[in-house]
Amino acid sequence: MMENFAKRVRIEIIKMLVKRGFGHIGGSMSIVEALSVLYNGEMKIDPKNPNWDERDYLVLSKGHAGPALYSTLAVKGYFDKELLMTLNEPHTHLPSHADRQLTTGIDMTTGSLGQGISAAAGIAKAIKMQGKDNRVYCFVGDGELNEGQVYEALMFGKHQKLDNLVLLIDENKLQLDGYTDEICAQGDIAKKIASFGWHTQYVDGHDVNKLQATFKEARNVNEPSCIVLDTIKAKGVEFLENNRGNHHVRFSAEQVEQLNTLVEKLEGELA
Amino acid sequence: MSVILKDEFLVADKEMRKVYNDTMIDLANDDKNIVLLEADLMGAIATKGFSQTHPDQFINIGIMEQNMMGVAAGLNVRGLKPYVHTFGPFATRRCFDQLFLSIGYAGLNAVIIGSDAGVTAAHNGGTHMPFEDLGLVRLIPNMKVYEVSDPVQFENVLRQVNDKFELSYIRIVRKNTLSLYEKPSTFELGKGVVLKDGTDVTIVASGIMVEKALGAAKLLEAEGVSTAVIDMFTIKPIDKTLLEQYAEKTKCIVTAENHNIIGGLGSAVLEALAEKAVRVKQVGVMNRYGQVGPQPFLEEEYNLLSKDIVKAVKEML
Repeated sequence: MMENFAKRVRIEIIKMLVKRGFGHIGGSMSIVEALSVLYNGEMKIDPKNPNWDERDYLVLSKGHAGPALYSTLAVKGYFDKELLMTLNEPHTHLPSHADRQLTTGIDMTTGSLGQGISAAAGIAKAIKMQGKDNRVYCFVGDGELNEGQVYEALMFGKHQKLDNLVLLIDENKLQLDGYTDEICAQGDIAKKIASFGWHTQYVDGHDVNKLQATFKEARNVNEPSCIVLDTIKAKGVEFLENNRGNHHVRFSAEQVEQLNTLVEKLEGELA
Repeated sequence: MSVILKDEFLVADKEMRKVYNDTMIDLANDDKNIVLLEADLMGAIATKGFSQTHPDQFINIGIMEQNMMGVAAGLNVRGLKPYVHTFGPFATRRCFDQLFLSIGYAGLNAVIIGSDAGVTAAHNGGTHMPFEDLGLVRLIPNMKVYEVSDPVQFENVLRQVNDKFELSYIRIVRKNTLSLYEKPSTFELGKGVVLKDGTDVTIVASGIMVEKALGAAKLLEAEGVSTAVIDMFTIKPIDKTLLEQYAEKTKCIVTAENHNIIGGLGSAVLEALAEKAVRVKQVGVMNRYGQVGPQPFLEEEYNLLSKDIVKAVKEML
């Protein structure tokens, strides 16, 4: 079931990006399984009541993966799938980067890297101050770990004992200009985050069963939680996987054909 | 608006930081959504009292201004009312993108208190001396911008800002100011305060420059120059109607600000009057950095005295 949900999300991501002709395909595809697990059981949500006060929150600090979240929300029924075809059109409700004022189901505006994690920590802190038990999930990219603000938020989260905050680091090993190891090597990310006092797990970011288990463990600790997702950038699109130019792609005619074929294949598998 | 100007301006018996602490304690007694945020400057802004009376409504974030703005955004997502204080340069320059995007662009609200306005940073020197904070925050589209000139005005503005709770920046002196207004003066957000009427020239000032403007007016009147003085404590949105009225009436306007003449009050006045047939001269910091020194020395150094305003007026008449 979860695998099928992920397939549906992938189909919608490809369709919306092909419609536009370009977009952030790599970092959208790498978080599909994590989003699928979050929106199918892990998070307390109500697609018909997106502003429900008791809901869990999701902050996409790597805001450029908007297409992945939009597709997830559409498949989940937050809004009509037709809306996905308006990505980046003038006056759209679906801009490249996530925007809480424009899109139903988006909890925080992001796009300038390093900022979403602080906002997520602020939401988690507010929930604590209000005596509530909502949880907050925040996606941060591995390239985004270059931003110093991330480490400010890590210190803050630990000191404030934000055990309702789960940080998901999408370690897809690539950033815009190439491999993260070549640009500013991160070292052992899990070890680094653990040194800030966060409960840290490392998991295959494309294995939904293992993801479910890590989320379960994260619920049972008294510290802020970090899950490092071992992922493949552009996962599912073979000709773009682990390709250093896959952060933002302007598709050639040949690539569009390949993507359309992939959509047909995935739809066939769902039929 | 009901403003009573004092006859004589003495040092106020209450520091601005004490006004902040006491007013916020009073407001927080009834308003449980208020949250004060500090970046390790609780001691400097004297909010220890608040932290003790309302420990559940106070967060000392640590020395991390970028994170503080983001946390403020997150608190407001849940409906809390964050008040973020730090020194002016660190409340604006240091975390401008966080303030601009995570709060402003995201459609969220917070009240930012930037202390040690301009030369009042005195012995903290150039690193801590904001001559650009008003320029920066004016560039945030939905931001309201205030610079208050005395404790009575600060308290009154703070209470009104808490009622409205829009994205706002309040520039304050942290310690002593002169006391300009009698209690219970009340001010109207967005409206300039005409402190003295005149027909030859209008001086538009804010913050510590209001008292200098009144001093200049006294000198000018002695020489027969009829001088109007406006306390323009709301810098954005600026009171265009009042400015147009005085542009019409006096044809000459001098702006006086404890800030770079680029971006602050003077710029705002010029923008508002761009289509009016009026001459405007600016008194303020002439595109320079701050430096260390006692406040009187700095006021002289940056030509922020009454005599400098008088000189500007005479050059125009």
